[in-house]
Amino acid sequence: MHSGYLDDLGTVLGQYDVLAAFWVNIQLTVYAGIIALVLGTLLALMRISPVPSLRWAGSTYVTLLRNTPLTIIIVFFVLGMWGQLGFTLGPDFPTNFFRLSVLGLAVYHAAFVCEAVRSGVNTVPRGQAEAARAIGLGFWPTARLVILPQAFRGAVAPLGNVLIALIKNSTVAAAGSVAEASGLMREMIENSSSVILGIFLVFALGFVVIVVPVGLATTALSRRWAVAR
Amino acid sequence: MSDVLFDAPGPRGRRRMVWINIVATLVVAGIGVFVLLRLAEKGQLAASLWKPFVQASTWTDYLLPGLKGTLEAAALSIVAAGIFGLVFGLGRLSRSRTVRSVAGLVVEFFRAVPVLLMMIFFYLGLNQLKLVSPQDVPLVAVVAGLTLYNGSVFAELVRSGVHNLPRGQREAAYAVGLRRGQSLRAVEVPQALIAMLPAIASQLVVILKDTALGYIVTYPELLDAARRVGAGNGNILQSLVVAALIFIVINYALTRLASLLARRLGGRTAGRTSAAAPALTVDVGKG
Repeated sequence: MHSGYLDDLGTVLGQYDVLAAFWVNIQLTVYAGIIALVLGTLLALMRISPVPSLRWAGSTYVTLLRNTPLTIIIVFFVLGMWGQLGFTLGPDFPTNFFRLSVLGLAVYHAAFVCEAVRSGVNTVPRGQAEAARAIGLGFWPTARLVILPQAFRGAVAPLGNVLIALIKNSTVAAAGSVAEASGLMREMIENSSSVILGIFLVFALGFVVIVVPVGLATTALSRRWAVAR
Repeated sequence: MSDVLFDAPGPRGRRRMVWINIVATLVVAGIGVFVLLRLAEKGQLAASLWKPFVQASTWTDYLLPGLKGTLEAAALSIVAAGIFGLVFGLGRLSRSRTVRSVAGLVVEFFRAVPVLLMMIFFYLGLNQLKLVSPQDVPLVAVVAGLTLYNGSVFAELVRSGVHNLPRGQREAAYAVGLRRGQSLRAVEVPQALIAMLPAIASQLVVILKDTALGYIVTYPELLDAARRVGAGNGNILQSLVVAALIFIVINYALTRLASLLARRLGGRTAGRTSAAAPALTVDVGKG
């Protein structure tokens, strides 16, 4: 690496707003994460409920969405829902593509949130549900007062994994024409191909810097919130 | 677990359940009917839009070659990732601290970087270096990205597989006079690999799904084929549904295979077999 390399890289980085691109990925993650958490918890409740049709609907959703590539889902929302059906969620193109991509990310990751919450439910010993049944609680009070509070504490680690996957998968919004980090990286490399390795490392380390603290935090939280048994 | 959330219902509970079930079925079916009606309103259910998928030429000219591209990239990636995983997994088990931490750093780095970022990097980089012929660049980029990420996941599987073996396995190997390397090679790693098999089958689903990212770096795979069918017939919605269904059928079969393996192989290793895809938990510094 000759001495001018870092200077060249610095010049290139100065010409683009890298932080703004990463901010788009964080926004995609936060919005999609919230929707996925709500939808996924609802699906998990359906899958543990006593009603067969709800159980069936929940597991069908998870089977279908979990086995479909995220790229197809995003392209489906942008090219299919918008391009072919004229389904819009925003006043202008960027907002519309952003919201459609958020929706695509959310419906995909909801399936994984559902599985994470269900694995949390599995950490709750049978005795807890049996005791709740014994004092006369029905399904809903048992779930709301006894099972879910413990299940969420047990689901922190798997939910953290879903969050990490979501952060990384937010780059797939590039397939939905959202201007985010991977798209900017591509543009920068195409315009200044002499510092390709440097540009890649900057973006890769950007994701490491976001993902690693999230991983460490959820691991620490899952230990602290673990129900002592 | 879920079986004790509610008691076996009595006569009154059963009657109530029937009603709830009917209502829930109506709600679920209602959502389905609503979606279908909206699609019908927009003419999306018209036979002409679905007709291309019963014509042989759509399959032989587009979808099957696309599927071939997808399977080709997935197959190459699984082999390369297996080798990468074995090398770096053993690296993480090495007695040399330097080897351990270098392998740990590599594995953690590639698990934290989005696969798409790596694919774009290799795609543009290989085009620039001209190491491979231009028409092979997308394939190599897709395989390289998938290999680095999934290889890191496999490395983690090898490491945790060996760690999760009962200590007695290694002690017994030492007791019959094997050295550490011999014990790893002849006793621990083979059992860890058998314990890993179901998780590998689950990871195959991830690899297969991620080949669709190749669409973004112009690799001619199934999603790309579906998009071209859609562009030609004005039915992209329908062709994406067909492509998704193909993926779902293959991945569902792989998932079933994974749980079958987990049940079958339990007796052939001292480790634990689990069909769950490996977690991504980041644990930097545990070397």
